[in-house]
Amino acid sequence: MSSFVSIANEHEAGGHEEKEFDVSEMIMHHVKDAHEWHLWGPEHGGTSIYLPVILKTEDGIKTFSSSHLYHGELVHEGENHYYKGVGPAEGFGMFHEKIYQLDAHGALHFEEGHVHGNVKPLDFSITKNVTSLFIGSFLVFIIMFSCARFYKNNGAVAPRGIAKFMEPLILFVQDDIAKANINEKKYKKFVPFLLTIFFFIWINNLLGLIPIFPGSANLTGNISVTFFLACLTLIIILVNGNKNYWGHIFAPPGVPKALLPIMIPIEIVGIFTKPFALMIRLFANITAGHIIILALISIIFINKNVAWGALSVPMALFISVLELLVAALQAYLFAMLSALFIGAAVEDAHH
Amino acid sequence: MDLVLPDFGLLFWTGIVFCSLLFLLAKFAWKPILNAVNERGNSIAEALELAEKTREEMKTLKAENDQILKAAKAERDEILKDAKQTSNGMIEAAKEKSKEEAQKIVDAARDSIRSEKAVAMAELKTHVAALSLEIAEKVIRTELSSDEKQKALANNLASDINMN
Repeated sequence: MSSFVSIANEHEAGGHEEKEFDVSEMIMHHVKDAHEWHLWGPEHGGTSIYLPVILKTEDGIKTFSSSHLYHGELVHEGENHYYKGVGPAEGFGMFHEKIYQLDAHGALHFEEGHVHGNVKPLDFSITKNVTSLFIGSFLVFIIMFSCARFYKNNGAVAPRGIAKFMEPLILFVQDDIAKANINEKKYKKFVPFLLTIFFFIWINNLLGLIPIFPGSANLTGNISVTFFLACLTLIIILVNGNKNYWGHIFAPPGVPKALLPIMIPIEIVGIFTKPFALMIRLFANITAGHIIILALISIIFINKNVAWGALSVPMALFISVLELLVAALQAYLFAMLSALFIGAAVEDAHH
Repeated sequence: MDLVLPDFGLLFWTGIVFCSLLFLLAKFAWKPILNAVNERGNSIAEALELAEKTREEMKTLKAENDQILKAAKAERDEILKDAKQTSNGMIEAAKEKSKEEAQKIVDAARDSIRSEKAVAMAELKTHVAALSLEIAEKVIRTELSSDEKQKALANNLASDINMN
């Protein structure tokens, strides 16, 4: 949200270089990852936390602060503009938060709005999303560890404090998500995974809704994160899938032999569509939430009139409240559907 | 387009962080929490079961108590009835006895009165006889104080004998 202020500042200060406010670029910039955590002030030269950049190049691992990129030379090449690194970042250029190695002439080359021909080193940087990931995971761990400590200190008593708030949720995941969808005898093994995935998604969703540091990162709306979580679910399904599960894929019962050449590929595709749907659902829901709020706030900047705030702020507030629900709902759905798929994979035959 | 393409760096960090979070939470949070909560659930279930059992026991115990109470009441009534009967009998017997006793006393008194009376009568008779003799002596003495009188008497007596 703070960069809205920066946009406003730019408009006020730089009347001479008034450029058209590009809503889609602004929104994309906010829902994507970054190498800095912008706090306040104008977009260039405001206050940011510059996050460490870690690159694996052919010459080994290079680490430096992203300030050497953001404070480097801003090069305009036609429509595209990129940062040229200085100091320890010498030889690297950053275009739309992606870091490339500059060529022998010290430049990036573009073809149809994309970098072309420059080497892209593997980027292990602690980006805004990675920082948010650390903060969110730390929060989940601290919350749950305090709960555990409560039980350790007080024994099996009625919960108080944070445990009182978390216990119903933990029990909900155990009983209504795990036990309800997975075989009574086998569900216990998957409860830690489902609990972790539920609270990880929920807390990070909520963090993403906070407009200022340490929130605002679109972590659970990032495809890499949802991809990893969905992959984990897929791996658990494949590792734990029993004879019955594989039997339904390679020898569907009650299906005529002639149909098998069609059925087997469909079933095999079906293995992957389930986690794929998980991945897309979480990504799309959270990103859409961020985009809607940003778009509603943008109404003010498109019209260049504060009075529009009377419309856009209540609407953004409404969507924010709705997003609170979505944050919990998506965490629930991801855990629920994971449990459902795992349950189907470990279900015993009953004919 | 790169919005929907996974980024290797973030994927890498997510993997490391999520897996360590899963491991740490499983070890230090989920296990103790779920153990405590499930243990508590079991103990509550056990306590409820015990309460139910105790209630059942109480019910049978109460029925037994009622029965015992009823029997005790009946026994008490029986005892009371017996006691009343006995006491009534005793009172009756005592009354009878006292009546008899009284009768005996009255009889004894009557006997003694009778004998006393007889003694008194005998004494009286003796007295009267003695008095009569004395009187007769005195009368005779006067009657026989002169010869004429002795003759007249003898005549009288002789006439009496003659009449027979």
